[in-house]
Amino acid sequence: MRRLNPKKAELIAKGVLLLFAGTAVLALVAIVGYVVVKGIGVINLEFLFGRPRSMGREGGILPFIISSIYLTAISLLVSIPLGLGSAIYLTEYTTEGWVTKAIRFGVDCLAGVPSIVLGLFGFMFFVKLLNFSWSILSGSLTVSLMILPFIIRSSEEAIRAVPQSYREVAFATGGTKWQCVTRVVLPCALPGIMTGIVLAIGKCVGETASVIFTAGTSLRIPGSIFDSGRTLAIHFYLLVRETGASDMAYGSAATLLISILIVNFFAYWLMRRFIARVS
Amino acid sequence: MSLTKDRLVSPVLLAIACFSIAALFVIGLFIFVEGLPIMVKVGVWKFIGSTDWSPLEGKFGILAMIAGSLAVAAGTLVVAVPFGVGCAIYLSEFASKRAVTLIKPAVELLFAIPSVVYGFVGVLFIVPFVREHLGGAGHGFCILTASFVLGIRVLPVIVGISVDALQAVPKVYRDGSLALGATKWQTTTMVTLKAARSGILAGVILGMANVIGETMAVIMVIGNAVVMPNSPLDSVRTLTSNIALEMGYAEGDHRRALFATGVVLFIITMILNTLTRYVTGSRVRKKK
Repeated sequence: MRRLNPKKAELIAKGVLLLFAGTAVLALVAIVGYVVVKGIGVINLEFLFGRPRSMGREGGILPFIISSIYLTAISLLVSIPLGLGSAIYLTEYTTEGWVTKAIRFGVDCLAGVPSIVLGLFGFMFFVKLLNFSWSILSGSLTVSLMILPFIIRSSEEAIRAVPQSYREVAFATGGTKWQCVTRVVLPCALPGIMTGIVLAIGKCVGETASVIFTAGTSLRIPGSIFDSGRTLAIHFYLLVRETGASDMAYGSAATLLISILIVNFFAYWLMRRFIARVS
Repeated sequence: MSLTKDRLVSPVLLAIACFSIAALFVIGLFIFVEGLPIMVKVGVWKFIGSTDWSPLEGKFGILAMIAGSLAVAAGTLVVAVPFGVGCAIYLSEFASKRAVTLIKPAVELLFAIPSVVYGFVGVLFIVPFVREHLGGAGHGFCILTASFVLGIRVLPVIVGISVDALQAVPKVYRDGSLALGATKWQTTTMVTLKAARSGILAGVILGMANVIGETMAVIMVIGNAVVMPNSPLDSVRTLTSNIALEMGYAEGDHRRALFATGVVLFIITMILNTLTRYVTGSRVRKKK
């Protein structure tokens, strides 16, 4: 068999690889573009700020937007202190050893728990055992378990990227470890940490499997965190299951996607700032 | 702040850091406590070895769902691995800086799209396409469709970890190969990929864990028939979709059997996660 000229092989390989990468970009543009184009016509003030009619098949989506915001805010409120604390411990307060290995393994495994299993747990623990019932609170606590590993990892990476010399300066001026962490390391790592948090917001907003059995599917605006609420993602899922590709479904999906895109672009902007700062 | 207070910080942070392990333990505990009794009652081997799932008649066998999950995972890997590793090689070895700044955020954005939206787009486009051009028993709602939908879904996981693994290969390896007169592509296949293979394998395993745990995208395109998969065009049910479909109305033993399905799912994903760690030796960390 005649062997292929290496130069030709390289050219073919490059072409194929470019095709792969191009397809990935195209897939993104196609998915986002299609949903947004089909849905943008449905989105208007009445849609965004109106109440739903006939089980959410008509009318507006205000309660679902409020539920999503509620759920996201409380999930972050729980997982940011835990995540940031863990990240600070792992980077600043310990040396690599079996303890950090065990913690990292735990974090990785927690990240690997399928969200539907988290949903089962949330149903058993928060909804039934702690008797929070189907509520924003149960949903938020379940989702916070999902985003916690994510926040730990991204914060850890951001803190690690802060140059060692910054810490040395803080110690040289007589600062304690905690002062060094809170006044030098964290402010410097903040944009990086924020990037992780902002990306976590996107995950909260789009989460369905673990929320549907913990936050419930009530159509009303949740008055407090103990009320059940239907998030936008769940509303979209239920709409598609009941009515298929209706205008309302496109509108909800487009609202969902546009808000997630905005959140992600904000995250990239923050990340750029962070990279410029530490390098 | 006094030094005494400063000493208190470390144990407090340690306690916080241990929260993840504690949470993992409690999650496992609750799923097992709720799911194991019914598994023992039915018989563990009967539960995971029987294909008869008739919860209303008290028959609980999830072999069809296990096979369904594995079939979907295998199909997805066939789609996503060449595709994902290819993208990673392009990004890490061949792409110009400008191309990277365009393609990498796009791939990462794919991960940000909620899985319900993937399911929706799958139902709108891939399901009709498969139904019209390939037919099959599932009328488009089948393993093949799910593999394509999930293939795009896990692409960012595989690409991200593979790029990290490729970038972690020291530059001197490539320089050595190039100095011997090898082309860039030869260097990539003979040197760089070989050096990075454990990292890439870790990415693939993690991607597989993601696929098996995926619920909403898969539930919408798989058809959810409780049968053993025979062909890629068959409609099957996965472990995740079994839970999501029936949890809404399940009571008593039926609900416990769904938790037992969760137990199986939990064990499978934990094994895959441990495997990832075993393959890499330690966690893949981004090169600074």
